[in-house]
Amino acid sequence: MFDYTFQWRQAYRALPQMLDGALVTLQIAVLSMVIGVTIAVILAVARNSKSRWLYWPATAWVEVARNTPALFQIYMAHFGLGSFGIYLSPFVALLAGITFNNAGYLCETFRGALRAIPDTQVRAGRSLGMGPAKTFRLIVLPQMLRIAFLPTTNQMVWAILMTSLGVTVGMSTDLTGVTQDLNSRTFRTFELFALAAVLYYVIAKAVMLGARLLAWRLFRY
Amino acid sequence: MFDTALTLNDMLFLAKGAGVTLAITFFAVIGGTVLGLTFGVIRSHISPWMALPLTFVLDIFRSVPLLIQLILANAFQAIAGLQLSPFVTSCAVLALYTSAYCTEIVRGAIDAVPTVTRRAARSLGLTWGQDMTQVVFPMALRVALPSWIGLTLSVLKDSALVLWLGIIELLRSSQILVTRLQEPMTILLITGAIYFALSFPIARLGGRLEKRWQEND
Repeated sequence: MFDYTFQWRQAYRALPQMLDGALVTLQIAVLSMVIGVTIAVILAVARNSKSRWLYWPATAWVEVARNTPALFQIYMAHFGLGSFGIYLSPFVALLAGITFNNAGYLCETFRGALRAIPDTQVRAGRSLGMGPAKTFRLIVLPQMLRIAFLPTTNQMVWAILMTSLGVTVGMSTDLTGVTQDLNSRTFRTFELFALAAVLYYVIAKAVMLGARLLAWRLFRY
Repeated sequence: MFDTALTLNDMLFLAKGAGVTLAITFFAVIGGTVLGLTFGVIRSHISPWMALPLTFVLDIFRSVPLLIQLILANAFQAIAGLQLSPFVTSCAVLALYTSAYCTEIVRGAIDAVPTVTRRAARSLGLTWGQDMTQVVFPMALRVALPSWIGLTLSVLKDSALVLWLGIIELLRSSQILVTRLQEPMTILLITGAIYFALSFPIARLGGRLEKRWQEND
């Protein structure tokens, strides 16, 4: 049917290298999520505050992150900052772009979760003599993270898929980068990228399964 | 930094890129919605076990990076000798990608229509087709439309990835200008502003629709 011989052996031989790349992919995704969640909590609080010096910068961040392509954000970090003489390596640019994107999307998730926590909880905490910061840390935050847990795992899968964009700014150590590197040497595009697709699928499913188990372990009463 | 060598012609070049982005988004969303409607109706009518193959295939489109899907599809069409242009290939891939998400939206919306309402419609003598078009569709539309708008916007943003296949859409044309003029920040800011101007008003509209329709429930 096809005038083409599939050579799966090539892809099979490349598997160890690609697994190393998968590790880098996971590393970037996890890092971007950890930093992203931290920033997103701050942004969510800032967007709920009455001070416009907090509200507007946070809102601008969220709207730009949500209304421009992730690839554009990575380009901005890699090429755009060059105008100011700041040159980020592909790894840092990719991490910065995905983190920026994650923080924007997660902020809205967290804001929704914050709204779901009854006001009376905060007032109860305050009347027990806790300060505002302590109330937030001990009462609001744990409940918020519980509500936002599943959307956050979805964002984690998104982050993993987004790491594949690194190849467009010259990233060559993550899964897509390694695959592209091998591809330019062997020209076995279909075989190599099919294997990469399988690896991405397995990683995404494993993360989802891990999150389910973690949620079950963390949130049972 | 802000005295720029950017001319009107370059702006037209960017506008042309934005046109390509919009065209790809349009075809992908139309194709994806038609497919998604079909798959969604099928999925909500047969048992989960029967739908398992369909669910699995559509899940692949959501668990593999779009960039990899595009590269694979492009390699595959070359292997199969289909001789499709990159534009057609990327429209097809994006349409399938869209349909995977659209199926979930449609299925959720149909499931949100109470079974008793549908039984009432059927016992009043409506046929299955009448029930679907005159009872389920209007009710499901209210649930589905805000998410569908969100999906359209995410396709608009994801369509930037087709630059890897050599299509000169908005982001790629900005890269061409950057290479020529060496003013990355200015040009990228303009590009971002164009994306923002395309996406933000529709996102606001979607948010407002969602709020307004929730009040009536």
